[in-house]
Amino acid sequence: MSLYRDEGVVLRSLRLGEADRIVTMVTEGHGKVRAVAKGVRRTTSKFGGRLEPLSHVALQCWSGRELDTVTQVEVLDGFRAVREDLVRVAKAFTLLEVVDQLAQERHPNPRLYETLVGALRSLDHADAPLLVAAFCLKVLALEGSAPIVDRCASCGSVSELIAFDLVEGGVLCRSCRRGRPVSAGALDVVRLVLGGGLASVLAEPAGPSTEEVTDLATEAMEVHLERRLRSLRSSPTG
Amino acid sequence: MYVGPLRSLVDELGRLPGIGPKSAQRIAFHLLKVESEDALRLVDAIVAVKERVTSCTICFNVAEGELCEFCSDPRRDGSLLCVVEDPRDIVAVERTREFRGRYHVLGGALNPIEGLGPDQLRVRELLDRLSDGEVTEVILCTNPNLEGEATAMYLARLLVPLGVRVTRIASGLPVGGDLEYADELTLGRALEGRREVDA
Ligand SMILES: [Zn+2]
Ligand SMILES: [Zn+2]
Repeated sequence: MSLYRDEGVVLRSLRLGEADRIVTMVTEGHGKVRAVAKGVRRTTSKFGGRLEPLSHVALQCWSGRELDTVTQVEVLDGFRAVREDLVRVAKAFTLLEVVDQLAQERHPNPRLYETLVGALRSLDHADAPLLVAAFCLKVLALEGSAPIVDRCASCGSVSELIAFDLVEGGVLCRSCRRGRPVSAGALDVVRLVLGGGLASVLAEPAGPSTEEVTDLATEAMEVHLERRLRSLRSSPTG
Repeated sequence: MYVGPLRSLVDELGRLPGIGPKSAQRIAFHLLKVESEDALRLVDAIVAVKERVTSCTICFNVAEGELCEFCSDPRRDGSLLCVVEDPRDIVAVERTREFRGRYHVLGGALNPIEGLGPDQLRVRELLDRLSDGEVTEVILCTNPNLEGEATAMYLARLLVPLGVRVTRIASGLPVGGDLEYADELTLGRALEGRREVDA
């Protein structure tokens, strides 16, 4: 047993016993951590609302064999604007679900962590229509699983890229086409995100390709995770 | 480890929420030791609950028979409807003795990551209850956590256009608590929900 300090984002929490919770967090230095927050469900708990999912916190924990124990927590950012907007909170649920699936217990992945914190800050600041798509694409790139978008994923041709197939791993030219059709506008957005133009993508208003890019990016993420994203199927915003 | 009836008792107890293998063992040995009639009272209570306690057909609170004690009580105010996640929340609200209306139990809160969406909650049943116009105010009494707040926002979006008054229970500091220990989310809400003080 040893005491450690770290910062993290609370991904979810489960009721435990009479008044406790098991809080799942992704941390900067310890990867995914599951820790018991004792008494947190009591209205007089010293933790109060600090360990609510979504909160960006600085914490101190005892490390245990299976579960750690939270001893102190301070909020770095509660992302209040996200919490108070149903559309944004629905998006945040998807970000948290993706990170929960990808982060490994006690195995730090600082870039995944930073990407999550950055995305939550951005979401707190404004409801960018392409946020979830950009987040998924950026995380896929970190994982080395970004879709191929600069040439045909099958033959390498660079002209007439008109289809997209997740099994092939990206765009396909006219002669190799299978999967779904993809617009040039949507491809431009995907290229921009993968090429580092995240800020300009997030600044874009909702446009004709917003939904197309979001579907494409979230489906690519689902293929990568080999699992459906529940937060998309059970979304309160439909 | 154990065989026969003792083994199955330990196993069954261990399936209960919040009871680990050690506690299961402790309770099993306790039951083994107590008088038969004491143990059988527990058995009877479990059987009675399983046979007689149902879900109220109007509000989904626990009930004996078709309606719960609040839906069948004519003295309760039918114009006020308090929406809660779980029947246990009704018990908590009742303890205040502040509320004289009726209830609606959603059966949980939105938790998209766990696959709990609007279709898994008793939302349609809530809307049905509002159709005859008797209810004039809906009090959203879900938990003040991420899931409960999302549920309240979701319901508000559905209910406000229907012309019914929609209110949310206040969030703030626990009575007897110290301001300096309050977290910023709670204190922020408490400041936002401040009210005029009469002289
Ligand atoms: Zn090709
Ligand atoms: Zn009832």
